[in-house]
Amino acid sequence: MRLLTHNMLASNVRGATTGYPLKLEAAKWVTKEVELNADFIRGLLPKIDWRALVAATRALGLPELLPEEQPPEEEIFAEGAAGVEGSAIRRIHHALLEIHVQEGSLVCPDTSRCFPIDKGIPNMMLHEDEV
Amino acid sequence: MADGGGAAASEKVTELSGSGVEKGLPRRGKASSGRTLNTAQIPLVASHPEVYEPCDDSFALVDALLSDKAQLLTLKPRLCMEVGCGSGYVITSLAIMLRQLASGTQYLATDINKHAAETTQATLEAHGVHADVIVTDIVSGLEKRLAGMVDVVVINPPYVPTPEEEIGCKGIASSWAGGLNGRQVINRILPAVREILSERGWLYMVALEDNDPLDICHLMSEMGHSEYNNLFRPDWFKA
Ligand SMILES: C[S@@+](CC[C@H](N)C(=O)[O-])C[C@H]1O[C@@H](n2cnc3c(N)ncnc32)[C@H](O)[C@@H]1O
Repeated sequence: MRLLTHNMLASNVRGATTGYPLKLEAAKWVTKEVELNADFIRGLLPKIDWRALVAATRALGLPELLPEEQPPEEEIFAEGAAGVEGSAIRRIHHALLEIHVQEGSLVCPDTSRCFPIDKGIPNMMLHEDEV
Repeated sequence: MADGGGAAASEKVTELSGSGVEKGLPRRGKASSGRTLNTAQIPLVASHPEVYEPCDDSFALVDALLSDKAQLLTLKPRLCMEVGCGSGYVITSLAIMLRQLASGTQYLATDINKHAAETTQATLEAHGVHADVIVTDIVSGLEKRLAGMVDVVVINPPYVPTPEEEIGCKGIASSWAGGLNGRQVINRILPAVREILSERGWLYMVALEDNDPLDICHLMSEMGHSEYNNLFRPDWFKA
């Protein structure tokens, strides 16, 4: 599971108000490089919950990866920024698409219900009495 | 939450329908030649005793995607999603088909069966493509944040008419058990898909005559999907 997916996932357990964002507890994660596509990031960024993304990176022990506040678009999409090591767009790309959480859990913020992530796959299934 | 909710929808539901199909289960078929370059390779598709193997319906769905490949490339989907990914044959094929786009397209796949999710992951890896796989009921947990965001949804749902009890039961039967008229799971899928499809989004879904595909199309258009293609493929179950 990448952090992009974490950003899109909520808990539907009975008793949850928003069920979002899920608290990430990662026991194991890996990174895999993929090509950066600035247009893709540009289209996606307005849909990203920045706070949830930052919280997820902190949960992985990467407090320096992203700043608390989202940098201005002019900075993120500045000409040539994609080619600059450590630029905002590179960091955002890395956070969203290159980190794969392999083992851990996602915890519902409202009910503390824990959804396991096993072999990279989050399991969001609920029991009948939880729906 | 949905992009410009209420705006004229331009979605297109492409539906496959096998007529003249014998009641019962789809038979296993061989992928026809010409399909393999652009699709997952059968020998590389992972398997598990409790996971639906690629069958004629899977191939029919991939054929429909293949025949729309040019349009899909023009669409440049941002997010593609498969509901009920099983072996992963379909989502892997889609990712391979669109690989040349280099548009950053991302893929998501869900299945209610944990073994299917793991099998899909193995199939994706064997082909060097990636999708995030989630074990969930239809799109549960994703519907709010993904509202109006998914450009392509592909589904080969459990559509075989069966007694209601077989739905969602453990084991392989839940891969195909569709309850009354094969519509019980489909009827839950449609509103969920409607939530997540983007305004330019397309849904590809397999259906049988028994499922009343015209009614499915009508339901989707009532939900705001103003245009659909109805591709009848009377031949695809014969193999
Ligand atoms: C007919 S099989 C198709 C498998 C694969 N997509 C293919 O085409 O070969 C249907 C799949 O849907 C899954 N499924 C059934 N009910 C589901 C539900 N409520 N939510 C998600 N997946 C479901 C089954 O586990 C099974 O893998």
